[in-house]
Amino acid sequence: MDTVFEGQILFRQYLTAQNEVSTELPEWARSADWLTTCYRNMVLARTMDNKAIALQRTGQLGTYASLLGSEAIDVPVGLLMQKEDVLIPYYRNHAIQMLRGTPIEEILLYWGGDERGNASPGMGEDFPNAVPIATQAMHACGVASAFRIRGESRVALTLCGDGATSKGDFLEALNVAGAWQLPVVFVVNNNQWAISVPRNLQSGAPTLAQKAIGAGIRGEQVDGNDVIAMREALQLALDRARDGKGPTLIEAISYRLSDHTTADDATRYRDNDELKAAWELEPIKRLRTYLHSNGWWDETQETLWQEEVNCMVQSAVDAYLDTPPQPIESIFDHLYAELPESLREQRDWAMVKAMKGGSHHES
Amino acid sequence: MSHETITMVEAVNLALAHEMEKDDSVVLLGEDVGTNGGVFRATVGLKERFGNRRVMDTPLAEALIGGLAVGMAAQGLKPVAEIQFMGFVFPAMEHVICHAARLRNRTRSRLSCPMVLRAPFGGGIHAPEHHSESTESLFAHIPGLRVVIPSSPARAYGLLLAAIRNPDPVIFLEPKRIYRASKQPVEDNGVALPLDTCFTLREGSDLTLISWGAMIKETLESAEELAEEGISCEVIDVATISPLDMDTILASVAKTGRCVIVHEASRNLGVGAEIAATIAEKGLLDLQAPPVRVTGYDTVMPYFRLENHFMPNTADIKDAVRQTLEFV
Repeated sequence: MDTVFEGQILFRQYLTAQNEVSTELPEWARSADWLTTCYRNMVLARTMDNKAIALQRTGQLGTYASLLGSEAIDVPVGLLMQKEDVLIPYYRNHAIQMLRGTPIEEILLYWGGDERGNASPGMGEDFPNAVPIATQAMHACGVASAFRIRGESRVALTLCGDGATSKGDFLEALNVAGAWQLPVVFVVNNNQWAISVPRNLQSGAPTLAQKAIGAGIRGEQVDGNDVIAMREALQLALDRARDGKGPTLIEAISYRLSDHTTADDATRYRDNDELKAAWELEPIKRLRTYLHSNGWWDETQETLWQEEVNCMVQSAVDAYLDTPPQPIESIFDHLYAELPESLREQRDWAMVKAMKGGSHHES
Repeated sequence: MSHETITMVEAVNLALAHEMEKDDSVVLLGEDVGTNGGVFRATVGLKERFGNRRVMDTPLAEALIGGLAVGMAAQGLKPVAEIQFMGFVFPAMEHVICHAARLRNRTRSRLSCPMVLRAPFGGGIHAPEHHSESTESLFAHIPGLRVVIPSSPARAYGLLLAAIRNPDPVIFLEPKRIYRASKQPVEDNGVALPLDTCFTLREGSDLTLISWGAMIKETLESAEELAEEGISCEVIDVATISPLDMDTILASVAKTGRCVIVHEASRNLGVGAEIAATIAEKGLLDLQAPPVRVTGYDTVMPYFRLENHFMPNTADIKDAVRQTLEFV
C-alpha cells in the first residue's frame, strides 16, 4: 500500500521549568520590554483571580471560574491580538478581556450575576463568555466568515479547554475553518482536567493539536507555561490568519492549578502530589526567574508592583460592590430590539411586583 | 417591476433575491443552497447572481449552520441560514436557544443576532422519516426568538422580507406541503408584511377559526363549505406564532363567542394550548362555548402510508365547528 498522508505535530518550548533555554531564543526575547509587560499583567491577572475567589468565599460573588495556571496563555493572547480582531472566549479568559479593555469591576460584575458585565464598551465586538462548551468555536468561524465576506484583514481568536475538544462543535468548527480557510485561531488551554475527567479520558489521540490534521489545518503543541513559546506560536498564527494563509490550532499545555470553579472541590478526584508537581511548572515563577536572571526585574520592583496591583484590584472591587442591581424591567428591555406588544403586560406587572416587594432583590 | 403569478417556494426565492440585491449584508448559508439551489429550489439562481461569498454551501453539519449564523449575525451581517428539513434542526438548536435568542439580552444590547433560520416543515408530501414533523412549539417556547410561518406565496414574500429586516433572530418555517400547491400574483415591490400580527383572511360572525401554515388551506376550505350551510366563520392566520398577537384573536372571539384552533402539530403543549389558555384567561365572558382544538395526534408522526390519518382534514374541522356551535 502507498502512504497517502503523513503528518506530525511539533512541540514548541524555549524556557524550561528549570529555567534552561531549550531552543534558541527569538531576538525579541533578548530584551526586557515585552517580557516585563507580560509579567506585570500575569501578576495582575493572578491578583484579580485571588481576589475574585476571596469574594466568592465571602458571599460577594457568584460561582467563579479561576484562571490560575493559564496566565502564560491568556496574557500573551491579550497582548498580541489587535484591537480590531475579535475575541470569542470561553469562561476562563478574564485576563484577555481585561487586556482588551474591559475594566476589572465589569469582569467582577459578570461573575457577580449581572449581564452588564458582558456589556462593557471595552469589549467592542468581542463575544461574551461562552458557557455551553465549545459552541464558541463555531461562532468564531462565523465571525471569521464575516471578515472574509467583507474582505477585512481581521482575525477571530477563540479559546476552549481540553474537554471541549471532545465535542462535535469543536470538530465541526475546525472542519469548516479548513474547508473555507478562515482567518481564525483556535487556542486549546489543555489544563489536563475537565472538571474531574482527566485528559487521557477525553481522547485517545496522543495530542489534541493533531485534531488539526484531520481538518486540514495547521496545528502545534506549545508549552503553555512558557510565555516566549506562546508569543511565538500566537504571533505566527495571527499573522498567517491575517495574511489569508488560513487557520491554526494551538494546543497550549498547562495545568489547572485551581478547582474547576469555586463550586468544585478537586481534592475529591485529583492527587495532591500531581498538583504539587504542577506548581513546579507554573508560569509566573518561571518567567520571574528568567527576568531575574537577566537583571530585568528585582525584588524591589516586585514589591512595588504587587502593591500597585493590590490597589488596582481593590478599587475595582469597591466599584463592583458599589454597583446596584439593574431594574427588573431590564430583563424585558433587552430581549428584543423593541418590546413585543404581548410582553407589555408582564413588564408592567414585574415592575409593580418589584415595587411591592421593596428591594428584596437587592438583599 | 414583476407582478408574476408564482408558488410559495418561488416567493421565498423572490424575497431572498430582493433583499440580497438591496442589502449587501444579507448572506445565505446551508446545505446544497448554492450550486444546487436548495433541495426545494428555494435558493435557485442566487449563487450565480450574488457569488459564492454570499451564498455559501456549508459542510454537512447542522450545528455548524446555526453556529456560523450566530457568529455572522453578531458581526452585523444578516445571515439567512437554511436547515434542509426541520427534522434535522436539533443539532442547531443549542445555537438558536443558548446563543441567538440570548445574545442581545446577555450583552445588554451590545451585540445582537439578526439572523433568519429557514426550514421547510410539516407533512403531506410522502417524505422519508424525520421529514414531516411540525415542531414549531419547541421554538415558540423560547424567549428572544420570533417564529413566523407563512401560508401563501404573498405572505411568504412579505413575511420573509420582514424576517430578514428584523433586528432579532427569526425562525421562519415554510410549510412544504403548500410550497407548490397554489399560485398567486406577487408583486416584487419590497414591501414587507408586519410581524407579530395575525391576518384575518375571512370575516365571519358565528365562530373564529384560528390556524397557521399549511392548515390554512383546509381551514379556508372548511369555512367556504360551512358558509354554504349558513355558518359564518372568521378565519385568522396567526402567521407569527411567537410572540402571539392575542389582541386580534381576542377581538375576534369577542365578536363570535366561539373558536376552533387548527394545527398540524401534536396537541400536547402545542401553540393551540397557549392560544386556548389565553382566551380562557382574558376572554372567558365572551365565550359561548369552550375553545376546541383540531390537531395532530400526540404520537410520533407516522411514516407516509398513515400520515393522512395524522393530519387534520376539512371533515375534522367542520365537525369541530358544528359541535362548538351546538354547545349550549
